[in-house]
Amino acid sequence: MVSNLFPVVLSGATLRRGQKALIGPVDLTLQADGVTVVIGPNGAGKTSFLRMLHGIARLGAGSITWSCDPLEARQKQAFVFQHPVMMRRSVLGNLIYPLRLAKMARPKARALAIKAAQDIGLGDALDRPAPFLSGGERQKLALARALITKPDLLFLDEPCASLDGRATREIEEILTRAATAGTRLIMSTHDMGQARRLATETLFLLNGNIHEYGPASTFFERPKTAQACAFLKGDIVE
Amino acid sequence: MSDLLSGMSQAFWMLLTLDADLVEITLRSLRVTLTALVIASVVALPLGALLAVRRFRARRLTIAMLNALMGLPPVVVGLVVYVFLSRSGPLGVMGLLFTPTAMVIAQVIIIVPLIASIAHQALRELWSDYHDLLISLNTTQFQRVQALIWDGRRALLTAALAGFGRAIGEVGAIMVVGGNIDHHTRVLTTAIALETGKGDFALALGLGFVLIFMAIAVNLAIHVIGRTEREGRW
Ligand SMILES: Nc1ncnc2c1ncn2[C@@H]1O[C@H](COP(=O)(O)OP(=O)(O)OP(=O)(O)O)[C@@H](O)[C@H]1O
Ligand SMILES: [Mg+2]
Repeated sequence: MVSNLFPVVLSGATLRRGQKALIGPVDLTLQADGVTVVIGPNGAGKTSFLRMLHGIARLGAGSITWSCDPLEARQKQAFVFQHPVMMRRSVLGNLIYPLRLAKMARPKARALAIKAAQDIGLGDALDRPAPFLSGGERQKLALARALITKPDLLFLDEPCASLDGRATREIEEILTRAATAGTRLIMSTHDMGQARRLATETLFLLNGNIHEYGPASTFFERPKTAQACAFLKGDIVE
Repeated sequence: MSDLLSGMSQAFWMLLTLDADLVEITLRSLRVTLTALVIASVVALPLGALLAVRRFRARRLTIAMLNALMGLPPVVVGLVVYVFLSRSGPLGVMGLLFTPTAMVIAQVIIIVPLIASIAHQALRELWSDYHDLLISLNTTQFQRVQALIWDGRRALLTAALAGFGRAIGEVGAIMVVGGNIDHHTRVLTTAIALETGKGDFALALGLGFVLIFMAIAVNLAIHVIGRTEREGRW
């Protein structure tokens, strides 16, 4: 299934905080398939870029044009935050919430939510309060909650930061499954191994601007710019 | 001193035997205050939530007003309500002065700012947690208020209990608008004021014990709710 959100066109898209431009101006077109991995040093603007594209940070200038109606576009997207937001409800309550917003009947929503909880290994924790889960469990719950409405496009902001190898692998499996099922992924990460494993295209951000954008294989084998080279080698990028 | 002691023992006796006057006055107090509490909560809780989620222009002004109203002496509220309800006042035709309804009105005005203000404090924190998620999920203003009220219900219950404590112990306003009429508008606090003035300590002390008991119960409840919240028992 190819989503009707894409291509999305950014033209002169700028995010401002006061007078300072945090992001952009960005001119970019994203196509309908693949996994885009956003990388760059701390403070490069990865989080801000994802938030701008998703529409939770208001544009200062320029435009972002989806191929369908903007409201419809928003409803087909979901976002997993760098620090996952746990609603003060049970695991089940967290999973049911987006379904209820989409007006699904309660019994059906409940059944789907139970299934989703089992899929991420939280089948035994249905009634546990979500804010008291461990870091890895929260991250998985946030991911399941984002995927439960079957979005066409999913943003992930460092979904595996501070997780161990096993939790990371579990999350990557869920992501690969979602991508195979047709969900478009746009994620940021600091883990270059993960970037290599998941990315079909990479977007290298530096100081709020897109420094390099292209197929992942090209980027990892033959980066075009000196800064990208340095970043991949693990040097400090100025 | 012996007056006090005999008053004290008589008071205990009245409590134990469920003295008719004492029970009647206590029940009236509860009825008036609980009615006021329900009405005030219906107004104040959504108001507190709305102040947390919405950045409207009059927001700062509303918050400042609430804080100012919270510090208002109840007896002044009583005076204003009296003026409105008195025979020659704008609402005089309704004949509400010196009825329990007038007392409810005064108590609502006194506790709405208190409840709304505590609710706003608590929900502001919750909203800063939820902000990104609820915006990302494309919720309407109404759905945001709903989610905050539901997920913040423990904090809101605490706010309501604080309102109850304030209302049940209030004397100035309801004395002015209720008139402390026997078998009609006499409640715990006004009865205590009257009986103490008459030097009849037995009933006053008995009613005082009831009030103290309620204050302790309310504060215990607030404490217990706070603990379940922290320990995450749902
Ligand atoms: N609300 C804000 N107000 C002011 N500055 C901000 C705000 N949000 C982000 N910034 C600044 O914008 C820059 C980019 O921040 P952003 O969080 O997007 O970086 P990042 O690439 O996600 O970093 P990290 O890898 O550490 O998560 C940073 O310098 C940050 O301080
Ligand atoms: Mg970030």
